[in-house]
Amino acid sequence: MPIEILMPALSPTMTEGKLARWMKNEGDSVSSGDILAEIETDKATMEVEAVDDGVLGKILVAGDTDNVAVNTPIALLLEEDESDADLSNYSAATPAPAAQADAQPATVSSETANVAAPEAPKAEAVAPESEWDGPVINTTVREALRDAMAEEMRRNEKVFLMGEEVAQYQGAYKISQGLLDEFGAKRVIDTPITEHGFAGLGVGAAFYGLNPIVEFMTFNFAMQAIDHIINSAAKTRYMSGGQVSSPIVFRGPNGAASRVGAQHSQCYASWYAHCPGLKVVSPYSAADAKGLLKSAIRDPNPVIFLENELLYGQSFDVPDTDDWTVPIGKAKIVRPGTDVTIVTFSIMVGKALEAAEELAKEGISAEVIDLRTIRPLDTETILNSVRKTNRLVTVEEGWAFSGVGSEISAMVMEQAFDYLDAPVQRVAGVDVPLPYAANLEQLALPQSSHIITSAKEVCYRS
Amino acid sequence: MATKKTPTKRAPKKRTASSALPSDVNNEMILDFYREMLLIRRFEEKAGQLYGMGLIGGFCHLYIGQEAVVVGIQSVLEDRDTILTSYRDHGHMLACGMDPDGVMAELTGRIGGYSKGKGGSMHMFSEEKGFYGGHGIVGAQVPIGTGIAFAHKYLEENAVNVAYLGDGALNQGQVYESFNMASLWDLPVVYVIENNRYGMGTSTERSSANSTELYHRGSAYGIPGMQVDGMDVVAVREAAKIAVEHARSGKGPYIMEMMTYRYRGHSMSDPAKYRSKEEVQKVREERDPIERLRAVMVKKNVIDEAGMKQIDKDVKAIVSKSAEFAQSSPEPDPSELYTDVYADA
Repeated sequence: MPIEILMPALSPTMTEGKLARWMKNEGDSVSSGDILAEIETDKATMEVEAVDDGVLGKILVAGDTDNVAVNTPIALLLEEDESDADLSNYSAATPAPAAQADAQPATVSSETANVAAPEAPKAEAVAPESEWDGPVINTTVREALRDAMAEEMRRNEKVFLMGEEVAQYQGAYKISQGLLDEFGAKRVIDTPITEHGFAGLGVGAAFYGLNPIVEFMTFNFAMQAIDHIINSAAKTRYMSGGQVSSPIVFRGPNGAASRVGAQHSQCYASWYAHCPGLKVVSPYSAADAKGLLKSAIRDPNPVIFLENELLYGQSFDVPDTDDWTVPIGKAKIVRPGTDVTIVTFSIMVGKALEAAEELAKEGISAEVIDLRTIRPLDTETILNSVRKTNRLVTVEEGWAFSGVGSEISAMVMEQAFDYLDAPVQRVAGVDVPLPYAANLEQLALPQSSHIITSAKEVCYRS
Repeated sequence: MATKKTPTKRAPKKRTASSALPSDVNNEMILDFYREMLLIRRFEEKAGQLYGMGLIGGFCHLYIGQEAVVVGIQSVLEDRDTILTSYRDHGHMLACGMDPDGVMAELTGRIGGYSKGKGGSMHMFSEEKGFYGGHGIVGAQVPIGTGIAFAHKYLEENAVNVAYLGDGALNQGQVYESFNMASLWDLPVVYVIENNRYGMGTSTERSSANSTELYHRGSAYGIPGMQVDGMDVVAVREAAKIAVEHARSGKGPYIMEMMTYRYRGHSMSDPAKYRSKEEVQKVREERDPIERLRAVMVKKNVIDEAGMKQIDKDVKAIVSKSAEFAQSSPEPDPSELYTDVYADA
């Protein structure tokens, strides 16, 4: 049988085109790569190249023909051992190979379209951390983070730390104090100021099986590297059909510090939490900081670990053991209550606890939930609390628009609408770049007074 | 790791192909080169055809014309070495021994593809063959490859990463961030610039300040560079020996600029109006890597006419089989939608 030359599609959206002119005539011999014809689409004129060697036996669609559908046979090519006689055996009714193939063609979506998308898998229940009743040590968040890294580096040779000023300078915020001395320059690596580059380098090392901890001096600077965090780290496991993973931790301070201006004061929780493939963690206490960072380093997925500079110096009791881990994906009720649920994370947990204390004085019992992990979100803990209190206030330092509070509000509306006795309120940063002036900065960031006001409003108390 | 290196002067150099074959290039090797280049050429032609039939969707960037680059370089690599490249990646996958069936089935978005149909033309991987993608963001593979080289060094494997990039990618900032770190830490990486003269529709003349000699681009970092006739598979191999040995011996990165050419558009939907037909035709006639090797084969009596025909036939059969597999392998089951997002912790 002669080889059918089909009207090609030259772009993902092309369905038909004009066969402008033939560059070869019937009887011409043709080799692979020769230009056979020109076709025009609404966008461009393109050439049709021969794929096989042979003789152009018959032109089925003449030049200057409009509206030729993709996959219409436009000519017949005779192979080496064929002659004109073979042309007569050709039946024009032969359907295009695309339709002839046993399997359905990739572009035919009729069947696929009718198949309902499968149910998204339910989030797996995460076991809470074991209750600790052993000895504790009062530790700063700074030391807890350092201890987590040191313990994991002792445990696994493939764990290393890289970033700006992490080694000789001992960390811009002294988180990596002492690590260079213990682990040496092979595993505690000072990088040039080159976030895009070292984030990508870290992802490459992770693809190959190392476990990098990449420190950003602040997450504001990770904006330079966000392409590698999302396009390279988060998506590759999926794009490789599960073959290549990125066991990497990106960590550093996130959110506002104190009067460092708009470019150094932003919360990235909702940015990263938006993206499948990433896990996003943002602890408040030192025990959680240590236990979650250890879990993050052991996790085979890319984990965004959002710290807070103002918390680094705060002290908390931390279990006195080198095997304290906190599961990623599990929120914690840090103050039980019955009247209103306050859901928050990171530094705002402190503000929420202050607010709860004040509210108690006025007879309102607030339950404060520290999310600890933003993605995957522990929806069960939130929903159970809302089913009990029937009122919800979310608190975050970042902007409200498309924020973590917006996601929680939507989730609660979808899954616990009938339990709500009042609209959810979102306490969030004011919708402006963070100002420098002390008074304006104070006004732009959520304070415990805002939380108190919102909690009272959802309780219809003022 | 962060040790300071004594500054060295490494002058970039330009290499010209010698007409005499190096002593270690024997007939068998020539036949391998021919088979591999022809496989890439025929595979890509078939991919173009399947695209035209609507069986391959989205973007599809063909490697036709550039075959000698990857085949020549691959011939000096060891099994433990790794490579990665941009989105023009089919040739690299075939050259490092990945199964044509799995590659073609990924192009058609089927479960039998290397990424179960979830990656597509630009996103395939094979840890087994040391192939780390397939990257769709121009230049992103360069720091990733540098990181794989970092891992080779960290694990003391005596392995080398070859990071391929195009002349267009070379203008991305992250490439120079990588050059800096690779040289600072003496990482075993070879950067292969496949200079096909156009970053999509923009010629190197229109995108390069001062000089279009791209092998100089590492000189500020003390990275040696060389320019090679990327249309001559033997010249590529000879040059790659030097670069790979340099990286493997702990001397740090090396830059190879391969002067090559793509015959097709940037992607399937590029009519390539930014260059003349004569320009393309001239390269095809005078510099085609497959034709040039064929001429050597005839001159050196490597194989007779019948043998050559048999190779052509064999290659065609492999490609036909891959195209059949790519159409008969089913689409991924809908349940695949949700798998492979996260690894189990």
